[in-house]
Amino acid sequence: MQPANLIPLLVVLIAIAFALGYARSRALAAPLGGIRHLKSLPFYYAARAAMWCGLPALLILACWLGFEGKVIQTLIVGSLPDDLRPESAGEASLILSQISNVASGALSADFVPEPIAEAATRLTALREDSKLMMTLLVVVIAVLGGFLAWLRIAPHINAREKFETTLRRIFFACAAVAILTTVGIVFSVIFETIRFFDKVPMTEFLFGSSWSPQTAIRVDQVGAEGAFGMIPLFVGTLLISAIAMVVAVPVGLMSAIYLSEYATKRVRGIVKPLLEMLAGVPTVVYGFFAALTVAPFITDLAAALGLQASAESALAAGLVMGVMIIPFVSSLSDDVINAVPQSLRDGSLALGATQSETMKKVIFPAALPGIMGGILLAVSRAIGETMIVVMAAGLAANLTANPLDAVTTVTVQIVTLLVGDQEFDSAKTLAAFALGMMLFIVTLVLNIIALHVVRKYREQYD
Amino acid sequence: MSTLNASLSNEQAQRDLAEASAPAAAPEKPAESVIEYGKTVGTPFSDDPKFTLRDVEVFYGDTQAIKGISLDIAKNEVIAFIGPSGCGKSTFLRCLNRMNDSIDICRVKGQLQLDGKDLYDPKNDVVELRARVGMVFQKPNPFPKSIYDNVAYGPRIHGLANRKSELDDIVENSLRKAGLWDEVKDRLDAPATGMSGGQQQRLCIARTIAVSPEVVLMDEPCSALDPIATARVEELIAELSQSYTIIIVTHSMQQAARVSHRTAYFHLGHLVEVNETNKVFTAPEHELTESYITGRFG
Repeated sequence: MQPANLIPLLVVLIAIAFALGYARSRALAAPLGGIRHLKSLPFYYAARAAMWCGLPALLILACWLGFEGKVIQTLIVGSLPDDLRPESAGEASLILSQISNVASGALSADFVPEPIAEAATRLTALREDSKLMMTLLVVVIAVLGGFLAWLRIAPHINAREKFETTLRRIFFACAAVAILTTVGIVFSVIFETIRFFDKVPMTEFLFGSSWSPQTAIRVDQVGAEGAFGMIPLFVGTLLISAIAMVVAVPVGLMSAIYLSEYATKRVRGIVKPLLEMLAGVPTVVYGFFAALTVAPFITDLAAALGLQASAESALAAGLVMGVMIIPFVSSLSDDVINAVPQSLRDGSLALGATQSETMKKVIFPAALPGIMGGILLAVSRAIGETMIVVMAAGLAANLTANPLDAVTTVTVQIVTLLVGDQEFDSAKTLAAFALGMMLFIVTLVLNIIALHVVRKYREQYD
Repeated sequence: MSTLNASLSNEQAQRDLAEASAPAAAPEKPAESVIEYGKTVGTPFSDDPKFTLRDVEVFYGDTQAIKGISLDIAKNEVIAFIGPSGCGKSTFLRCLNRMNDSIDICRVKGQLQLDGKDLYDPKNDVVELRARVGMVFQKPNPFPKSIYDNVAYGPRIHGLANRKSELDDIVENSLRKAGLWDEVKDRLDAPATGMSGGQQQRLCIARTIAVSPEVVLMDEPCSALDPIATARVEELIAELSQSYTIIIVTHSMQQAARVSHRTAYFHLGHLVEVNETNKVFTAPEHELTESYITGRFG
């Protein structure tokens, strides 16, 4: 049976276990004088039976699906005659894909050597066996688990507490998934980064001021010498992010102050959703806006002022990015400012402070940690933003602090490195991982610094 | 007791109903005869008034919270507002320094004067008014700053000190007047939120008197405090009454009796009776006042 069909079957089994468990607990309760004489409500006995039926079976199913492929591959490779036995991992995967192509009928058996065709037949047979065994095992485990739990229903057992314990473990497992995923991502990036540093010295990557990620495809190629200095990319990223923050922080903060302290309910009801809509506009659309409207405008303006601006500039990308992240700052700050107790406002106003003095001296310091949180979120959005930069700031890795020049950012370079036609273990491709790693470290350090700053200057009001 | 309460609340309900449906001839003894709109027994007026309040009405949207109150508050007197919950005493108090302004749906009508000047005159600066009429709230609300900064907050925004030493003097004096100086003089830089509730409330009083107001409004200043802290605050009120006009809202009749010169009894938005405090508690003129102080409701 296909795993896709096995799941509904399991659900049916679980439902049956639940119903039977419910019936049995009620039946046990009847001679005692009602369900009040059970340690737990019938629902909990039934839920426990359902869990015993479902959880082990699902676990087995997951494990089987996870390891099935590997086990079958090992069996197939092991059964090949010596002359076809692969010597490297690459060779093995080639032979295996050939075998599975024959097995699926994509490749005719006439075109391959005899042993391969035989292996393909074996593969089909093994897969069939595996499916059958899996189905049997899962169903048996489910029935057995459900039956055991059903047997163990007794008035003195506190099924409610046991059910709660299991639930708690399931919740923990869910929380762990998110953390494990992050750890997994970090590790996969770390290993590729280490491979990159085998090819390019770390000092060159960290302190090099020139970025030109070329590697030769042919040995005699012109301009094959690549340069992997990340400084221009980080300077570009910081430049664009700084411009974006210069736009977003004052505008966002002041609009938050207006919305929370000065606006009437009606105005707030209209303006706040509108502002938040800015966050929902796809970044590609912002990119169009930056490239087609803002960038030419900046070029013209610079020309009018007698300055030289390139058609794609950090300023254009930064300005539009700033507009994009205004709602992050304003919406979060607005929530935080609203959360400051009214009693602090009253206390300040009653002393004869004006609304703006109250804001500046009492509410703002009290709301600072939350406001910093909003700004941090905005910074990480700005650093991670790719599309606007691709469209409006260009790809040229110039090391410059002039906002009118074209610059590029770390994320943009990661994208361009990975979309090219390159073998996966070339320095060019691996550089993307090293950049990702650096980006991760930089944002982590930024977060830690900000956390400390906030902790130092916060004014606790509770 | 419970039957009494029941009949009483029934009576109140009828009264509410009667008020809602305007005069007309109610079958039984109508409530209007108990409270006459805008009419107060006792001695609501004064020869030397600080506040002159006439026909004050306050509305929250369509609900009328204050029903035509006329009252004088004399210079340097301590007047206590008492009455059952929801009778409008806090609302009335908050009119006196326009703290109701920040509530959108609140409207205030009538004549309210401080030293003969209209409080609600649009030309009148609310900031200046609040500097003259300070307020202490029910729950201690120190700012999340140091003890020093809390007291210095008002003087700083009003520019009352030219030099640091002057500001230090103001802070010390205010804390001394609030009876807090000896407890905190060694830790003026400590956060105010780390103090006990009673200390926090006295700090709020110190903060209020640091801007040298003429009137101090107190909205149930002891309701969140324990008996010992309450006693300290009451002592403080007695001392402050020598230099300030104090208006205190309280739920504790003992407190009203201990600290105030005059007592005003509020009922369902009406000001029922105003008299010398000992008269209110020994020989109330109005039947509702008598019911309240003898504990029949409240």
